[in-house]
Amino acid sequence: MLCCVCKQKEATVHLTQIVGEKMQKVDLCEECAKEKGVNDPTGFSLADLLMGLGASQEMADAAGSAEARCPACGFTQADFKKAGRLGCAECYQAFADGLEGLLKTMHKDVRHRGKVPQALRGSQDARDRLASLQKRLARAVADEDYEMAAQLRDEIKALKERQSESAA
Amino acid sequence: MNIYDFLLSPSETARREGPNKTIVLSSRVRLARNLKGLPFPGWARKADRLRTLEVVRPAVESLPQMVACFSESMDNLGALDKQIMVERHLVSREHAAKGAGSGVVLSKDETLCVMINEEDHLRMQSLLPGLQIRQAWKAIDEVDTRLETKLDYAFDSKLGYLTACPTNLGTGIRVSAMLHLPGLVLAEQMNPIIQAVNKLGLAVRGLYGEGTEALGNVFQVSNQMTLGESEPEIVERLSKVVAQLLEHEENARRTLLEKRPKMVLNHIGRAYGNLANAHIISSKETLNLLSLMKLGADLGMFPGVEPWLMDELFIITQPAHIQKQVSGKLEADQRDILRADLLRERLRKVRRPSPPAPPTTPLDKSDEA
Repeated sequence: MLCCVCKQKEATVHLTQIVGEKMQKVDLCEECAKEKGVNDPTGFSLADLLMGLGASQEMADAAGSAEARCPACGFTQADFKKAGRLGCAECYQAFADGLEGLLKTMHKDVRHRGKVPQALRGSQDARDRLASLQKRLARAVADEDYEMAAQLRDEIKALKERQSESAA
Repeated sequence: MNIYDFLLSPSETARREGPNKTIVLSSRVRLARNLKGLPFPGWARKADRLRTLEVVRPAVESLPQMVACFSESMDNLGALDKQIMVERHLVSREHAAKGAGSGVVLSKDETLCVMINEEDHLRMQSLLPGLQIRQAWKAIDEVDTRLETKLDYAFDSKLGYLTACPTNLGTGIRVSAMLHLPGLVLAEQMNPIIQAVNKLGLAVRGLYGEGTEALGNVFQVSNQMTLGESEPEIVERLSKVVAQLLEHEENARRTLLEKRPKMVLNHIGRAYGNLANAHIISSKETLNLLSLMKLGADLGMFPGVEPWLMDELFIITQPAHIQKQVSGKLEADQRDILRADLLRERLRKVRRPSPPAPPTTPLDKSDEA
């Protein structure tokens, strides 16, 4: 097995860390291990190290596809692999497929659950509400609770009408 | 305006009060935000970066929180001024290296600071003394809510706030506390604690953030994940962990005093001896020894010494602060001499530490080590 940092020497240091529910593994040669401070008994750079390496592996996978390019800023997958940063906000759309796996290893979930700018809050709420109503409708139909289903259907219809009004 | 004249003096800064400030040195919440339609700073050309700065800077300056603020473009700040700001934890090392197209806006009371065109278009932080994580979140949330009416943020309904680095995506929040944990280090309990904290998805870092060592027994605890959880959830989790660390540190100090008072006194006495008598001393050694003296002061071993003296010495013995006191460029070895002179002078009236008195148990077992 080759060292995952220099990709040249045989890996002799193997680290496994469990963060939350995810397991991350790193294999290093002795020199890279030393350089990254893995031998350091205080060891607090370990989290950063694992985070960085795990990410770069995912980034390599993300960049594996053809030379994709962001239509807005011209940033490429190769640039991302090199810098570990994206070129502009549109890059998240352009590289969405490759990024999904990376985001999963980095974060708790791939869906934002935090603050939403006030100006966008109304439409966000409506979308969330619509999704939840549709879920409940499906469940009601599955449970053959047609009374509830009819009620939910009317609510969804009303909500959709309100949305198209506000959009017009 | 000169940043050094704007900033509170080191002794005023050291005297700022906050809950549990002897152990939790400061609390910080940072938000990353970007503008729609402009490339991120790392990829933007200079013209784009200048445009971003032109849009963002007046918006930030016009905030009610920024009345009488310090606002400057990074190319107008000298290397020494930038370093002073790094040593006060107001801007990152990365930001200090920036030039034209980047800027900084700092509130009069120094609790709010906005870096423009660091890694993201905006990096805004609230920095408060002591354990005040929730208050810091509230303060920066208000700044952000005001700014969103003036600036068009890059936001996606699924991914949240879009950031240059995917590690900040979603909330763009980094919540952290700076902790002084000499008790846990002396009791050799720090490594298992770091591992336990890591398992909760939180990072433990050194004094100046990412990739730095824990000089002076100062550790920074922060969240790693920014997507998939709301800001209040992240703030609460970190607050709980910090409160626990605070308790562990207090327990470790109590146990050390009870079980190994000679060992503690030995460390503190030697630290005092070196600091009060050295003629050449590096900033690294100073930090490590001051940490022990601060522990001694917390434990009441330096009666009559103002509690904030060590905090002030922490600030004024850092390289840029030493350089600031003289005209003419100092080399590192000259700084080490000047630092030692300063420490001897400031510690001249401080008497050698007296043995710790455990609050309950008498001192009859004090030789047990």
